[in-house]
Amino acid sequence: MWDYTDKVKEAFLRPKNVGEIENADAIGEVGSIVCGDALKLYLKIDKETGKILEARFQTFGCASAIASSSALTELIRGKTLDEALSVTNKDIADFLGGLPAQKMHCSVMGREALEAAIANYRGAPVQQSGAERVVCKCFDVTEDKIRREATANHLTTVEEVTNFTKAGGGCGECRPEIEKILLDIWSVQQPLKPLRPSKMTNLQKIALVQEVVESDIRPRLQADNGDVEIIDIDGNRVVVALRGICSGCSMSAVTLRSIQEKLRERVSDDLIVEEEK
Amino acid sequence: MTTIYLDNNATTRPAPEVLEAMMPYLTEFYGNPSSMHTFGGQVRKRIEEARAQVAALINAEPEEILFTSCGTESDNTALLSAVETLPGKKHIITTRVEHPAVLNFCHYLGRKGFRITYLPVDALGQIDPAALDGAADDATAIVSIMFANNETGVIFPVEAVAPLLHGRDIFFHTDAVQAAGKIPLDVKKTPVHMLSISGHKLHAPKGIGALYVRKGTRFHPYIIGGHQEHGRRAGTENVASIIGLGKAAELARTNLAEEITYLGRLRDRLEQGLLNSCPHARVNGDIANRLPNTANISFEYIEGEAILLRLNEYDICASSGSACTSGSLEPSHVLRAMDVPYTAVHGSIRFSLSRYNTDQEIDTVLEVMPKIIQELRELSPFGRDMKANSHG
Repeated sequence: MWDYTDKVKEAFLRPKNVGEIENADAIGEVGSIVCGDALKLYLKIDKETGKILEARFQTFGCASAIASSSALTELIRGKTLDEALSVTNKDIADFLGGLPAQKMHCSVMGREALEAAIANYRGAPVQQSGAERVVCKCFDVTEDKIRREATANHLTTVEEVTNFTKAGGGCGECRPEIEKILLDIWSVQQPLKPLRPSKMTNLQKIALVQEVVESDIRPRLQADNGDVEIIDIDGNRVVVALRGICSGCSMSAVTLRSIQEKLRERVSDDLIVEEEK
Repeated sequence: MTTIYLDNNATTRPAPEVLEAMMPYLTEFYGNPSSMHTFGGQVRKRIEEARAQVAALINAEPEEILFTSCGTESDNTALLSAVETLPGKKHIITTRVEHPAVLNFCHYLGRKGFRITYLPVDALGQIDPAALDGAADDATAIVSIMFANNETGVIFPVEAVAPLLHGRDIFFHTDAVQAAGKIPLDVKKTPVHMLSISGHKLHAPKGIGALYVRKGTRFHPYIIGGHQEHGRRAGTENVASIIGLGKAAELARTNLAEEITYLGRLRDRLEQGLLNSCPHARVNGDIANRLPNTANISFEYIEGEAILLRLNEYDICASSGSACTSGSLEPSHVLRAMDVPYTAVHGSIRFSLSRYNTDQEIDTVLEVMPKIIQELRELSPFGRDMKANSHG
């Protein structure tokens, strides 16, 4: 049972401003049914004053997602667009008397829908999908979003980032990457060491592939009850077998690709990772 | 308002008869069953009666039953015992839809170097016993397949699995925590080596379980200490709960046929009623092979936690496989293994009934539910998709 405040319960049981606005001046849509929550925000805007005359929403999601949407519409109504943009996800959570830590991503979704709607109104170019680097493939979370939320909400652990953005809450493969982003945001920059040697003999290459697999790739897979084994290294071909929960997993293509990425980053750009037939 | 409790696969109300049987052993008969004096010895006799009662529920011999603290301990013990008594063997076969008591113990053994095969299920949540043939090899120490799934109620063909392992040096364990007391179990007909039971799923209290270990099965204890349970499970007996489990097993056995009919009728009425009154609802699981008390229904385009909290306003208790209720961000591993469509996987509700539910309670749920579903759908941005996907 989630520990919801009375305000969250009230906003969930009797949400304000539900539904569509016919001929809305702006629509902001975030999330998806696949990910488990989605919010569509409709705004009626006074062209003269730039004030939000009406805000309504439709939400697919849990109690706190619905409550956050309701709170958002109440917070922004009557505000100018610039005033509305200063509403943070924390304002939404505070309006509800707080949200459980694991549910903070619901308030972030509210803030994002608002940004999307205002961008839509101002005719900002629609963001090309794929233009940004996606860190969490399960929930389609970009590095940009992680950096933004981590900075705005002072998130210093991977778990906090998951609570606010969902990133890392699925297969968990991106957690080391989130850790790296956090280190980059919060720690004093260290001079970068070259990641890989410029020239290698075949034997050195094989040894380095093995080292990277043992020290970097396998621990990450094992943390999620998967595993990988090197079957053969032939020139630039690295043949592997997925083990544990990875074997037969529907995401195995993604796993293989990420192993390849990692090996290319650390060893050599021409490596090709294949699964044992 | 009185609570309508439809979450009996999570836990059940302790039967009044069970509590009555237990009380003397929490008050005047507090002796230690291991003591030499009559005061303790009389308690030992009652434990042996309870053992016989539990054995009778699954047609086992009393000496084949050992008492544990819960279903999880029984499952862990079975797996550990197998790998300890077959030290060279480093392979385990289970399914993708087991309870975490089996699944996470297998993950743990996986990290210790064991190879784990997780058998898939089909869209109905059913396993294919033939898949076992290709999976088992000389390294396989144990096959652990649940008797019935806790989320969907789907009953697995455990009888069909056993002959496939015949004559091979492989242990066969079944987690029957959800099946015991709900459907007939007969270890004489189903040749498993080990079978897990949990007390609080069949109207005994929480904190008591049992493990059936077939006579002649090599065994290694999980909890090591004193000589209780013939050295197979150390620790002073949870006397009152053991006696409670015995009574609960006897009640389940004597009323089994009647309860299967009663619960099946209530469940079907609930399920059919909801499917008729709520559009875009679907049953998850193999309805031809299912526990009589369980209905797992997905209400498409809405989210399960929201449904549960609305039900909670009417004091109706059920559960959901949605991400938001699991404490993680992903929906239930069982529904994902079944490839339940993305429109439905977040909106699953499990209703699980017991002998204490009534027709009036089902009437109330049938009255309240369509309203809740409609209201949440009006909130959902996917209303248009839903209408577009309507047929007729």
